[in-house]
Amino acid sequence: MPEYRTYPYDVLVVGAGGAGLRAAIEASSSGARVGLVCKSLLGKAHTVMAEGGVAASLGTVNADDNWEVHFADTMRGGQYLSSWRMAELHAREAPDRVRELEAWGAVFDRTGDGRILQRNFGGHRYPRLAHVGDRTGLEMIRTLQDHGVHQGIDVHMECTVVSILKDDGRVAGAFGFDRQRGRFMLFEARAIVLATGGIGRAYRVTSNSWEYTGDGHALAYEAGADLMDMEFVQFHPTGMVWPPSVAGILVTEGVRGEGGVLRNSEGRRFMFDDIPEAYRNQTADNEPEGWEYTQGSRTARRPPELLTRDHVARCIVREIKEGRGSPHGGVFLDIAWIKEKLPNAAEHIRRKLPSMYHQFKELAGIDITTTPMEVGPTTHYVMGGVWVDPESQMTTVPGLFAAGECATGLHGANRLGGNSLSDLLVFGKRAGEFAVRFAGENGSASIDPGDVEAVAAHSLAPFDARDGDDAHGAGDAENAGDAENAGDAENPYRIQSDLQSTMQERVGIVRTETDMLQALDDIEALKRRAHRVRVDGNREYNSGWHTALDLDNLLVVSEAVARAAVARKESRGGHFREDYPDKDAALGQLNIVVRKGPDGAMQVERRPIAEMPDRLKQVIEEQR
Amino acid sequence: MKPVTFNVWRGDADGGAFATYETEISEGMVVLDAVHRIQAESAPDLAVRWNCKAGKCGSCSAEVNGAPRLMCMTRMDDMPDGEPVRVEPMKSFPLIRDLVTDVSWNFEVKKKIRPFKPRPPDADDGTWRMSQDDVDRVQEFRKCIECYLCQDVCHVLREHQLHDGFIGPRFFVHAAALEMHPLDTEDRVEELAATQGIGYCNITKCCTAVCPEHITITDNAIIPLKERVVDDLYDPIRRLFRVFRRKRT
Ligand SMILES: Cc1cc2nc3c(=O)[nH]c(=O)nc-3n(C[C@H](O)[C@H](O)[C@H](O)COP(=O)(O)OP(=O)(O)OC[C@H]3O[C@@H](n4cnc5c(N)ncnc54)[C@H](O)[C@@H]3O)c2cc1C
Ligand code: SF4
Ligand code: SF4
Ligand code: FES
Repeated sequence: MPEYRTYPYDVLVVGAGGAGLRAAIEASSSGARVGLVCKSLLGKAHTVMAEGGVAASLGTVNADDNWEVHFADTMRGGQYLSSWRMAELHAREAPDRVRELEAWGAVFDRTGDGRILQRNFGGHRYPRLAHVGDRTGLEMIRTLQDHGVHQGIDVHMECTVVSILKDDGRVAGAFGFDRQRGRFMLFEARAIVLATGGIGRAYRVTSNSWEYTGDGHALAYEAGADLMDMEFVQFHPTGMVWPPSVAGILVTEGVRGEGGVLRNSEGRRFMFDDIPEAYRNQTADNEPEGWEYTQGSRTARRPPELLTRDHVARCIVREIKEGRGSPHGGVFLDIAWIKEKLPNAAEHIRRKLPSMYHQFKELAGIDITTTPMEVGPTTHYVMGGVWVDPESQMTTVPGLFAAGECATGLHGANRLGGNSLSDLLVFGKRAGEFAVRFAGENGSASIDPGDVEAVAAHSLAPFDARDGDDAHGAGDAENAGDAENAGDAENPYRIQSDLQSTMQERVGIVRTETDMLQALDDIEALKRRAHRVRVDGNREYNSGWHTALDLDNLLVVSEAVARAAVARKESRGGHFREDYPDKDAALGQLNIVVRKGPDGAMQVERRPIAEMPDRLKQVIEEQR
Repeated sequence: MKPVTFNVWRGDADGGAFATYETEISEGMVVLDAVHRIQAESAPDLAVRWNCKAGKCGSCSAEVNGAPRLMCMTRMDDMPDGEPVRVEPMKSFPLIRDLVTDVSWNFEVKKKIRPFKPRPPDADDGTWRMSQDDVDRVQEFRKCIECYLCQDVCHVLREHQLHDGFIGPRFFVHAAALEMHPLDTEDRVEELAATQGIGYCNITKCCTAVCPEHITITDNAIIPLKERVVDDLYDPIRRLFRVFRRKRT
């Protein structure tokens, strides 16, 4: 038997970003025993990096804003593939969730009359993002963290969950290890909330950290849950492109919200050249009007730089491809130009965008108050994720819940900026609430020691693989002796890097059937190589080992993205196919679902979207 | 591309030594990139903490050529030409392995600081009114990314190891953020003096010098807190006045 410590909980939350913290706070407020596990230190999750703001129709800047407008904006942004019920709950509940943060100590920027200030962001009709300069995520995670630690939540920092354990179909617990010492941990839990964030590490150029290896997606998939909308990956239009070592790091949309403009090498504002029909009424057709909008005019329409991210990203790719890019393979993002309009422009920029100023100054040696930035698309967010019930956030596995970026439903084909932070709060709270309820209504389940032994052996396999052996021998008996598994020991970093190249080049911003089928073949080959992964050293803080274990998850999510993308033979939102460049009305009526079949292979299902009730249809009509 | 030599601390609680690595440095690289390159090329089990690579999460704290720094914000072209670069872990905390230290003490300290307690809402809808000027002051403190570089450099922790009776500059910043929060009604002054050791700080300003968020820790957080301690504990009339004034704002 492997050695491990056991921790008994009512609810286990996996992930300590905004969604996990909010879920844990909610669950523990009812007195339940709550454990919270995260791969990094507390407060370092991705949520800390969010810059622009949190979307909620508080209506403090424009009183015309309300949940209905926010709902309609979200549905339009998601190209009507979103779960309308989640979009409704989100729009209705986000204002309360943001105000609650203020009651817990968050300090948002203020309006002249002392209320929470809101800023413009792409796809939102009114100024809607509550923010703190450009470090909103830090404010949010710190507020939740500081509130949460006084509630008696049991926090396990720098621990990784590697498997969900079940008892007769329902959740029984989870198995993991602590990264510092490498010791195994068994969490007994009546309900589990997955809040593990995204999958950006499947790509080479990304704004995401090492943590984003799709763990929650893969844990749920392996436990038998459905993943949905995996073809929709958001490529943020503005990442840094230079210097090479920081390529992909995000440049907040807030830069454009504050009046920043995109230009090509000819100095042209190319975004005016291609404004999609659906947004023509709401988009400025001249530069002065766009500027007025960013300065808070209520009558002006938004500049085309603030169109949805998928569209802006593709326009940038087009400019670069057609030879009008910047010296380091991006385009120019210029905020310095506002000195023509504002007396204290440099000071204004430093105050509104302090961390962007800092980031360019220190990492690229560029002063954004005088010099345009070079930017290009970067893998940023995954709209797809674990399918959940809109009200309760429970997956198809009883007792297994998911919230935040690793869940799906709210964002459809494309997420609007700011809608993620609000998503974390609204659905993190719901997941915590319903997980506690489930834990109360269902007694504890029992964990099969055989399952524990199998996961433990699987986790340790990279240490004892020898050349030509099957590294995952204990868990994958069917592969033993497979001739294709024979070969030299593999380095986990190299496989990860090869997978990133495949995804970047073949399942990226512009996709074709041929490329993606090739990617699926590549992924199969990478899976075989992953069986031969070998790591050196011992179990203490061993990044090589951690990378080896993350690989399994990255391979699952990469395959899910590629299979779903092959199945969606049209272009919509974040999914653009050169071979099917238009929307297909029939495909607009369904979601693509993948799950693990009884034979262990990935199954793809086309699932019709439930009809929207008339009251919501009417809201959308009114907001057109 | 040019080759640079690195002396990186390898070891754990039981001891260790600097190991020498050489790696190629290209334009724009930061120290963290170099460490990652070393990890990929020649030391796959080298332990290092990081997340955002953009100075936002405060994970990658270490000492570079003896100075407490975020490795992701330390550019290689700022390093002296032709000389080896020395990278070692923070000294105020127990070593786990290589560049990774056990910073869990900080998380325990925070739990002991009284949490935020707001005054009743100002408006019927349960919301408050605050002016931007008032929030600017605490926003400076709330920029803290919890990198603990200030804790690393402070002699009270680093040399005197007074972790039991001194919370360190990071938590004076935290206490200041709460004490000066326009809505807060809690009083933390007594503990600051009695159990949190603000008296040990002799205003050397080393913490301010290393803060990557440029928080003026000493002047804006610690000194005003020290003043409150003096006011509140030694001058009861001013204490009353302050409580009264704070309730009105
Ligand atoms: C640079 C950047 C800027 C952004 N700006 C904005 C913005 O302005 N507005 C907005 O709305 N959104 C923004 N986003 C998106 C938003 O920040 C994220 O989608 C959101 O923070 C995700 O939160 P989460 O709680 O789902 O996950 P995260 O905050 O990523 O947390 C995931 C947690 O899960 C843990 N975890 C993962 N796997 C495991 C495992 N196997 N075992 C244990 N723990 C695990 C991690 O350690 C971490 O604690 C931005 C994203 C980035 C990268
Ligand atoms: S000023 Fe005080 S807290 Fe800061 S380093 Fe010096 S002694 Fe420590
Ligand atoms: S105060 Fe500055 S140095 Fe100290 S932990 Fe915060 S950011 Fe780091
Ligand atoms: S990696 Fe986040 S601060 Fe350096």
